[in-house]
Amino acid sequence: MNLLFVVLIPFVGAGLAAWVSRFGRLQSAWMAGGVAVAALLALSPSIAAPFLGETVIQRIPWLPGFGLDLMFRLDGLGLLFALMILGMGLLIILYARYYLAERDCMGRFYGYLLLFMGSMLGIVLSENLILLLMFWELTSLSSFLLISYWQHREDARTGARMALTVTGLGGVAMLGGFVLLGEIAGSYELSVILASGDLIRADPLYTPMLVLILLGALTKSAQFPFHFWLPHAMAAPTPVSAYLHSATLVKAGVFLLARLFPVLSGTVEWSILVMSAGLATLLLGAYFALFKHDLKGLLAYSTISHLGLITLLFGIGTPLAAVAGIFHIINHATFKASLFMAAGIIDHECGTRDMRRINGLWRYMPYTGTLAMVAAAAMAGVPLFNGFLSKEMFFAEAVDFSAGSPWRLFLPVAVLIAGMLAVAYSLRFIHDVFFNGDPIDLPKTPHEPPRWMKVPVEILVAVCLLVGILPAFTVAPLLYVAAVGVLQTTPPHYDLAIWHGINAALIMSLIALIGGILVYAGRQPLFRFAERLEGRIDAKAMYEQVLQGVLELAGAVTRTLDTGSLQRMILVFVLTALLLGTIGFLGGGAPLTGTRATLPVDAVSLLISMALILVAIWTLMLHRRRFTALIVMGALGLLVSLIFVKFSAPDLALTQLSVEVVTIVLLLLALYFLPQYSPAESSPARRIRDLVVAGLAGTGASLLTWSILTRPYDSIADFFLANSMPGGGGGNVVNVILVDFRGFDTLGEISVLALAGLGIYAMLRDLYLPGPVCDSRGHPWNWDVHPPIMAALTRLLLPLALLVSVFIFLRGHNLPGGGFIAGLITAVALIMQYLANGAEWTHNRMTSNLHPLIGAGLLIGTATGLVSMLLGYPFLTSAFTHVHWPLIGDFELASAIAFDLGVYLVVVGATLLILVHLGLMHNASHPAPADAPALPNHS
Amino acid sequence: MEVLITLIIGVLTACGVYLALRARTFPVVLGLTLLSYAVNLFLFVTGRLTVGLPAVIAENSAGYADPLPQALVLTAIVISFAMTAFIIMLALKARAELGNDHVDGRPDPGAHS
Repeated sequence: MNLLFVVLIPFVGAGLAAWVSRFGRLQSAWMAGGVAVAALLALSPSIAAPFLGETVIQRIPWLPGFGLDLMFRLDGLGLLFALMILGMGLLIILYARYYLAERDCMGRFYGYLLLFMGSMLGIVLSENLILLLMFWELTSLSSFLLISYWQHREDARTGARMALTVTGLGGVAMLGGFVLLGEIAGSYELSVILASGDLIRADPLYTPMLVLILLGALTKSAQFPFHFWLPHAMAAPTPVSAYLHSATLVKAGVFLLARLFPVLSGTVEWSILVMSAGLATLLLGAYFALFKHDLKGLLAYSTISHLGLITLLFGIGTPLAAVAGIFHIINHATFKASLFMAAGIIDHECGTRDMRRINGLWRYMPYTGTLAMVAAAAMAGVPLFNGFLSKEMFFAEAVDFSAGSPWRLFLPVAVLIAGMLAVAYSLRFIHDVFFNGDPIDLPKTPHEPPRWMKVPVEILVAVCLLVGILPAFTVAPLLYVAAVGVLQTTPPHYDLAIWHGINAALIMSLIALIGGILVYAGRQPLFRFAERLEGRIDAKAMYEQVLQGVLELAGAVTRTLDTGSLQRMILVFVLTALLLGTIGFLGGGAPLTGTRATLPVDAVSLLISMALILVAIWTLMLHRRRFTALIVMGALGLLVSLIFVKFSAPDLALTQLSVEVVTIVLLLLALYFLPQYSPAESSPARRIRDLVVAGLAGTGASLLTWSILTRPYDSIADFFLANSMPGGGGGNVVNVILVDFRGFDTLGEISVLALAGLGIYAMLRDLYLPGPVCDSRGHPWNWDVHPPIMAALTRLLLPLALLVSVFIFLRGHNLPGGGFIAGLITAVALIMQYLANGAEWTHNRMTSNLHPLIGAGLLIGTATGLVSMLLGYPFLTSAFTHVHWPLIGDFELASAIAFDLGVYLVVVGATLLILVHLGLMHNASHPAPADAPALPNHS
Repeated sequence: MEVLITLIIGVLTACGVYLALRARTFPVVLGLTLLSYAVNLFLFVTGRLTVGLPAVIAENSAGYADPLPQALVLTAIVISFAMTAFIIMLALKARAELGNDHVDGRPDPGAHS
């Protein structure tokens, strides 16, 4: 279980860190640091396992039906990455606390950072591929938030968007690759997949799967030709760059290469794809790094170059190369993070990152300069620094791989050039910044940063030195278990010594060092050459062109489909439905009429049906005279409820009846604010077209109904009928389904109702509509008081109506009735008061704040469900008992009644909320006429 | 009897679709109300037609109507009310903001009120 907590703690902590920022700037930093330490502590019980040769796998059932469990895995590779993510995270948290300015929101920064940390931990600790992919996408999202942290800056937004687009697209490709991989291996669990490498490599789908997965890994690791997003991501605050581009985000790609190394590597396709991407990235990155005048730009391209180096090592595919790759992952993380931090300090103290202006800083900040020199030496691969060790291994692998191949000089020469360029740009980072004359026109006078801002850099630089000088006593055990984790077997023998005697690798290192110094010395002509070439190959421009094209295409499609006309869209919608329906009817070949016997027609039914059809057509013909059409439509609703009565649905009849009343009142209220007549706008041709379409739709609906009604069917109703009494304790099966069997659905439905009510309330706020001054016939609006007889009568009727609703509510479990119907009856009874006595009168006597009612209803409904969960039953399981009350007799008490009460309250609350607030608008719509008598306040 | 229901659903659908294709908000709301009658009826009769056998458990009942579509339609009726209410409020809001009741919010060509 502890691995789950390792991943979860940062996610929970993200919210906490954002929340505590309201108590002060530093609280967030402390909280974030505490969260990282807590995650480390959660990890600690499992740290020993990989060193004992065990792989920790923890499974928490999640969606067992889909074979998807929350599964976490800790082996040497996962441990190495988890330690890097958490350790580096701690240093970054400390550094950022000094880096961020007063106006930057600390809570947001640390919140995003912890989100990202949790996502990264999820990637490296997942056992299930799908789970891994979800965390993979989360890193894309959270890195987007981090890169765009300075939202007010255009370059930050663009850079974040670019990173999200490129890595997001890679993620989609990877999803495809993972699905293929899972299908080939028969499982999405890494343990199974890692053990079935031969099977997977022999599969015919191996190549497409490999390409898709590599697209994901290479976009994430900024490999050529997807490298262009990384330099633009430098718009992020420097702590973010230091974290994302040293130990985490971009390393996720190479982590995946390492993770799937035993499964995917060892084929020609793997070598060609991974090696060429790696080699191209290595060279291009190194070339561009040398010519960047921006301090962070130099580091960005050098990051790309080093990622290319690691990718190339994994592409070579031998176990030794993989070990070298892992080693370089560790080394690169340490020296690159410290360099980024140093760059951040320089930027912070000088106010610029332009290396043409920053010169001679040695005088101002010798201490930072020393730290930067150590880190840069490690990056250049100078002996006694950690970069040297892995770079030597890299040179050796490059030579070994090429030995005996026809172009055996190509790879060693290429990597040698990259090595020379690495030395040159490392030298430039030091020489240009700390020496090379005096600072030119700096916005600030630089000085050493605060004491604690240097601590993270010091720690990392110490690691660089310790690993570089005493590799066997420091990094060796961790490297060994990580190598076991990658290879899934005992790694071949390798030697972490500094001195191996004079061999090819050492000679190459020396040539690279000397060559690099020479390249830097002769940089001026090279700079001029690079300036002429600049802009010729611009991956960003290509990306933007593609993006622009896609956006234009999307725009064109939208403009074609969405003409901004509702009429047209409804027409398209109906026609599409007709077309699909026709295809369905024609395709089946089954007869239209089924075998079920039909019921005989009786005179009353015939009469009512004819009336219904005529009234419907009448509504249609009258629709321009809105008021009349509305009244006629009310009759239609009543007739529909008669159909429910006829065909054994008393509950539906009651519901339809009360809803009809409420609907008509609502539409009447609304019509007050709308024109009373619809103008005749449509041309005759258009009306005929609409009539034809409507006729076709009606015919389609009829045919469908007919073919359903004449076919026998098998319903699951028997289950409900059989279990209603014994299981739900109620005789009215419809009500028992609503409050018991499908109680969860009902809870959803009353939530929708509550939302609709609240939405309408929000819409009506601050809405002002002028009321009409005259009625539909042009008579001045009548300001008569409400008719006294009706007012008196409705007041008398109110208790009676409420009594009926209570009765309907209580009997609902066993006889037609229930919360929905009772709620509607109560609403109608109260609305009657508004209608008869006026909104103001009623308002003075009844609370107008209906939100608590709705809230109470939802709470009661949910609480009923939760109680059954507390008692160990599934959500909303109901219980019932029979109580014998004196005088009344046997009475049934069911927990479902409580749930129904919730339904009742929501229905009353939402219905009244809608109608009352619309009604109140009437009062606001016109000033009270001076000559209108005061409303009677007594009865 | 099935023929009658079939006809009713067809006519309600046709009237609803025609009104929904009108250019002013109020007829569209009426059309949608008619359509929801049709849809509710349709859902209801997928449980087939049963006369005089409500789904209330009784000792000596000869059989029961299918309670499942009834339960679905009961909530559907209430939800259609909420939907109608929401749409008519949208119509009011549109009228307040745009000054006319055309479904596309176009300025009123013929002054009709």
